[in-house]
Amino acid sequence: MPQSSLKDYLHESQLFLGRAIVSGTLVILALAVLVGRLFFLQIENHEHFTTLSQDNRVKLEPLPPTRGLIFDRNGAILAQNLPAYSLEIIPEKTKNLTETIEQISEIISITEDDIQRFHRLRKQRKRFDSIPIRVRLQEDEVARIAVHRHRFPGVDVNATLLRDYPQGLQTAHLLGYVGRINEKELQLIDTSNYSGTDFIGKNGVEKSYESLLHGDVGLQQVEVNAKGRVLRVLENQPPQPGNNLQLFLDMRLQSIALEALGEYNGAVVAIDVETGGVLTMVSKPGYNPNLFVEGISSRDYRALEDSPDNPLFNRAIRGQYPPGSTVKPFIGLAGLEYDVVGFYQETYCPGYYQLPGKDHKYRDWKKWGHGKVDMATGIIESCDVYYYELARTLGIDRLYEFLTGFGFGIPSRVDLDGELSGLMPSREWKQSKRREPWYPGETLIVGIGQGYFLATPLQLASATATLANRGHRIRPRVVATIEGPDGEKRDSPLIEDVLHQLDPEHWNQVIDAMTQVVEGQRGTARSIYTSNYRIAGKTGTAQVFSIKQDEEYDEETVAKRKRDHALFVAFAPVESPKIAIAVVVENGGHGGSVAAPIARKVMDRYLVDTPPAN
Amino acid sequence: MAKPHITFHESQPAKAQGLLAWLHIDLPLMIALLLLVGIGLAILFSAGDKEMVLLQKQLIRLGFGFAVMVVLAQIHPDNFRRWSPWLYGLGILFLVSVILFGELGKGAQRWLDLGFVRFQPSEMFKLTLPMLIAWYLAEQRLPPSPSRLIAAALFTVLPVVLIAKQPDLGTALLVGSGGAFALFLAGISWRLIAVGGVLMAAMGPLAWYLMHDYQRQRVLTFLNPESDPLGTGYHIIQSKIAIGSGGISGKGWLNGTQSHLEFLPERHTDFIFAVISEEFGLVGVVALLMLYLFIILRGLYIASQAQDTFGRILAGALSLIFFVYLFVNAGMVTGLLPVVGVPLPLISYGGTSLVTILASFGILMSIQTHKKLLPT
Repeated sequence: MPQSSLKDYLHESQLFLGRAIVSGTLVILALAVLVGRLFFLQIENHEHFTTLSQDNRVKLEPLPPTRGLIFDRNGAILAQNLPAYSLEIIPEKTKNLTETIEQISEIISITEDDIQRFHRLRKQRKRFDSIPIRVRLQEDEVARIAVHRHRFPGVDVNATLLRDYPQGLQTAHLLGYVGRINEKELQLIDTSNYSGTDFIGKNGVEKSYESLLHGDVGLQQVEVNAKGRVLRVLENQPPQPGNNLQLFLDMRLQSIALEALGEYNGAVVAIDVETGGVLTMVSKPGYNPNLFVEGISSRDYRALEDSPDNPLFNRAIRGQYPPGSTVKPFIGLAGLEYDVVGFYQETYCPGYYQLPGKDHKYRDWKKWGHGKVDMATGIIESCDVYYYELARTLGIDRLYEFLTGFGFGIPSRVDLDGELSGLMPSREWKQSKRREPWYPGETLIVGIGQGYFLATPLQLASATATLANRGHRIRPRVVATIEGPDGEKRDSPLIEDVLHQLDPEHWNQVIDAMTQVVEGQRGTARSIYTSNYRIAGKTGTAQVFSIKQDEEYDEETVAKRKRDHALFVAFAPVESPKIAIAVVVENGGHGGSVAAPIARKVMDRYLVDTPPAN
Repeated sequence: MAKPHITFHESQPAKAQGLLAWLHIDLPLMIALLLLVGIGLAILFSAGDKEMVLLQKQLIRLGFGFAVMVVLAQIHPDNFRRWSPWLYGLGILFLVSVILFGELGKGAQRWLDLGFVRFQPSEMFKLTLPMLIAWYLAEQRLPPSPSRLIAAALFTVLPVVLIAKQPDLGTALLVGSGGAFALFLAGISWRLIAVGGVLMAAMGPLAWYLMHDYQRQRVLTFLNPESDPLGTGYHIIQSKIAIGSGGISGKGWLNGTQSHLEFLPERHTDFIFAVISEEFGLVGVVALLMLYLFIILRGLYIASQAQDTFGRILAGALSLIFFVYLFVNAGMVTGLLPVVGVPLPLISYGGTSLVTILASFGILMSIQTHKKLLPT
């Protein structure tokens, strides 16, 4: 081999060795940079990344409490929680929402209503929330979804507890219902306590006792994988279930009252005289509260909203009716108490009444008049002229003072939300609301429970109970006992609002007269007489629309919706009153013939029939 | 004219060594490779969530890869030199046909289906390009003349462009670096290297223009992973969490929460480095990097001991490609480099790259074990 070639070879070899050493050094340097990076991540920022890794795998999950149950006084269940499967979609996790829903609807039935509700809920919630598209899935539907689930990311079947009202429309207004929490409610609630809760009381007992029924949220720390699936529970703090409520309500009375109303709309409220407990609170027509739990379709809702019968309206506490002649016993009492009239003092009734110097005739319901009438006859036969005269004598100021003492015109403060206060008119009221002075003729009309005078069925029942109690006005209440999650029971408080200290003789006289309404030969409610127990009552008829002077009121020709409301208030037994009741039958006509028999049926059920063994 | 091949042994052969020598196996390299592969299988067992099927498939691939390695080790380097232009030409032919058929298909097409076997022609350039450059530059004395240099650069750019068009940025990068290393080891002047560096930097904007959207996205995500935590940045964020939470000594084998709870994507393939870091901590990763370093340095040592220029350049370039694999993968997983689909060599699950890498070590062993007696 030539010398130059060997030299070249050595030169090349050395050149290469140099480059190889440079390469090796660069490799070591690069790896040192890598180690530096690892040091930065694993040592310097170790804690930071450990926290992130924990955040990744550990999730705090709220455990929603079980909502308290509601029972009637005999232990019949009124509101419960039933397990149900719902199909839910997390919009964020689906690629194409419309397409997904379309494809699911090929597997199980999804109605237009379901889709509408889904989109409505979707607007209220966040994108990563799970939103139900179908509720109350059948078992075979659950199975079909399970088979196809892999096709639908973000779609899952969830087992939940759904509120259920086994008595349906019978208790709809009283209990109300729960529904999904809306944005407005979200502002008002403690969001951490409701973090696992979907439903909130919207109405009735469910709303009024929301804080007691709901309970306290529990928490569990769970380890999850990247798909959010729970792998194990690290820590568990169980939820505190809500309180169970036992109501004063007697379902037997509730059913019979609803049934007895027959084809009429109206309200029946019965109160336990001793405790103020609401034994019955019926508002007819009702609605199915179970529809609202899963979110009522807008079509169904519109139908309820637009119905002229107004089924969503709780007549018992929000219906404001002219009390009509049912106020006569109270006005009689006022006359005795203010000593403007004697019990046996008589007035002549020609069938109408005229204020001195005025032409206007205030009519009696009996066109030809009652003749000579004392206070008792005025109550028994419901003579209007007697009470026109008495009201005029008393004057509006004293009427206002006395009747508000029985709770007219002021809320009864029953433990239910949404109660209306009725209206007990006064000079001040008229001046401030109507910017007009009080006219004497208006006092007369108040004397027969008409005109501006309005009362709710609950107020009528409560006032009657106060009468039966001879002045002890006990605040009406729906809930009797609250049972905590530990089983400890406490009674709702008995609150006595005002004590009417009246002459005992006056009570007896008026109550006697009311007894004669049922027992007397000419009593307006003599048809409901029973030998089992003694009833004190008063019928009433509330004008829905006014009849012109000299015009006949003919029941047959007046359109149904313009017919008078029939009213009846009563308590029984007279000697030791247990139940006070108010019945309002809308467009029912006469109190004695329509409303009184309903009250009788309810009282029979309560006083005569033995309650179910429990 | 065939040259006489005379092999010789550096030391007195013990019996086992005799067998290895007869098989043309380099013992230090072999031990290091087996150790690495063993560690890789243990980690794959953890990263694949104890899936035995995964291990079996990987074992089959490894068996095939080692077989290829041993076979290549038997072939004299002179044969590689002689074949290199033909192998290169055949590779270009394959690449062009992939692009032609790729246009018929949709998206990235890297595979060529020859009916009986499917393979990625781009893979073979990791071997054949350094071979070609080594062959071409070894024909004349080093350092190479400017015209040779330009030709060598064109030989490099041609397959790189074709591969990048597939598009396969990771392989293009590895192949390109293979060519560049061959040129570097051939001794091109530092001035030229500086000029090349400046030119590369200037090419940056051009490269950006030529990139596919998803490739641009990767670069953007690399620059700011938090900008897209649920999309492309998710990989890097989760990978950094895995590595960082591993700390000094790690969470222990099979105890990595990031990987076992599936937060870490691609955990048994491209991101397996994060699994190692999470479960074995800094201590474990540094030990692994030392093993890699030993293999690379052993490769460079073999290169420096090679008898001719062809062997030197080829062995050096192959060793450095192996390093690029490691660095690009580890750099990507630790967030130093953008996400480029390069596996962690000999550990990541699957891939033709496993076979290619073991083949390159076969060539290294061939260079190490076929030595002529020099004329004195």
